[in-house]
Amino acid sequence: MPSRCGSGFEHPNPSEITPPTVYQRRRDLMRVLATGVAGVALAQWAAREARSQTAGPGKLAKLPASRSTVPGAVTMEKPTAYNDVTTYNNFYEFGTDKADPAKNAHTLKPRPWSVSVEGEVKKPGTFDIDALLKLAPLEERIYRLRCVEGWSMVIPWVGWSLNELIKRVEPTGNAKFVEFVTLADKTQMPGLRSSVLDWPYVEGLRLDEAMHPLTLLTFGLYGEVLPNQNGAPLRLVVPWKYGFKSGKSIVKIRFVAKQPLTSWVAAASQEYGFYSNVNPTVEHPRWSQASERRIGEDGVFQKKRPTLLFNGYEPQVGQLYAGMDLKKYF
Amino acid sequence: MQKLLLHRASKPLLFIAALLPFASLLYGALANALGPNPAEALIRSSGDWTLRFLCLTLAVTPLRRWTGLHALARLRRMFGLFTYFYAVTHFLCFAWLDMGFDVGDIVRDIAKRPFILVGFSALVLMTPLAATSFNRAIKALGARRWQTLHRIVYAIALFALLHFFWMRAGKNDFAEWSIYALVVGVLLGWRVWSSLRGAREVSVRPATS
Repeated sequence: MPSRCGSGFEHPNPSEITPPTVYQRRRDLMRVLATGVAGVALAQWAAREARSQTAGPGKLAKLPASRSTVPGAVTMEKPTAYNDVTTYNNFYEFGTDKADPAKNAHTLKPRPWSVSVEGEVKKPGTFDIDALLKLAPLEERIYRLRCVEGWSMVIPWVGWSLNELIKRVEPTGNAKFVEFVTLADKTQMPGLRSSVLDWPYVEGLRLDEAMHPLTLLTFGLYGEVLPNQNGAPLRLVVPWKYGFKSGKSIVKIRFVAKQPLTSWVAAASQEYGFYSNVNPTVEHPRWSQASERRIGEDGVFQKKRPTLLFNGYEPQVGQLYAGMDLKKYF
Repeated sequence: MQKLLLHRASKPLLFIAALLPFASLLYGALANALGPNPAEALIRSSGDWTLRFLCLTLAVTPLRRWTGLHALARLRRMFGLFTYFYAVTHFLCFAWLDMGFDVGDIVRDIAKRPFILVGFSALVLMTPLAATSFNRAIKALGARRWQTLHRIVYAIALFALLHFFWMRAGKNDFAEWSIYALVVGVLLGWRVWSSLRGAREVSVRPATS
């Protein structure tokens, strides 16, 4: 033993040494606690959540998805009735009245469909809708939707974060903005006969906004494929911006260096800005944005509910606009 | 036709007919049958009906001239009063459903938004016309002064059109507005044209006589 003592290491009494079997058991327990138990619990929770995907009326093809785990992606608020979500739409390609799209959009053909991804990307290409559906695991996300007109809904969407696609096409260093172009086909869209807007409908986001995990490339709602009037077969959903920023029936996604001229900015730049973030303190010239009416929930004679900055997604997206004058960049 | 218009029942019947849109909106509000956004439906429909009754009111005189149905004049006052009735309903819907009867908010909104201000001005201008619509008021004012006062209706029509135009400007959608503009344009244009013609006849007459 002296030789060992000479190494300067003081051994405790042998009786105080924890036997390997014991410490191994402890470590196992720790590992189980850290991974196994929590994992099983999470798996069960996830499975329960997956099973509880919001069900639609069963009119359209099912689109199974698991509940999203993206922070902020699942609000606990009560979803707006399917009937209201699908009969009260702004989709000018099918008429300007909000009842028009549900009446007229039956002429839209969501298959076959492909989306061309072009511009400042290393891997441009054309994606078939069925390939897109399999590109990433589908998630259910329950988002608030705030229309610039002062009403709101809560909608269970099905899709995946747009950044899944963006990562795959590899934007170049020049890509600063992303442009989303809606189909403009007179044979399918009777509203194109009116010159309300310059067709096709163009919307856009800054690249970092497009990369945000809450920006959803959307294929369905209420666990089923999108009804035509809601932008079949695929659309964008950007929950912290006014609804018109979320282009429907998308046929082209372009990565560009300059801020795109979006349809509503082209039509009325004094009323609609490029950013169009939901903001109760930035008024529309003809009405206040301080409050909103939740469709199907707030009674007709009930006072409107207050609108939240970034539609309540400020914890998730606020940092995108740090230091920006939101009144100037409205 | 003339006989029908002069019939004792014509006014009560018109009264009931003019109340039908109101009744259907009231029923819709109570039965929740106004679609996903009943508040918006009430505000818009009451505004639409105000414009329609305004057009009807303005149409009475030209129609009399064009058709010779002078008995139409009997109904003009009722059309005018129903225009006011729907305008008040429209304002109350806005004040209640949009503003929650918050007087501060309402006043601020009127002052701040030209589109609301123009609509509200039209309502204010209508008020003296409604208040002087009964026979005693006509007598008290004298027919000429009464008529001059009631010419305000032309300004009201232009304000109402502007109000509707600005409202639709947000959606860049003027299809429906153009129809009202055309109707009001014809009805007011005819008045301008016939008064110019009348003025020329008056100015020509002394020379020929």
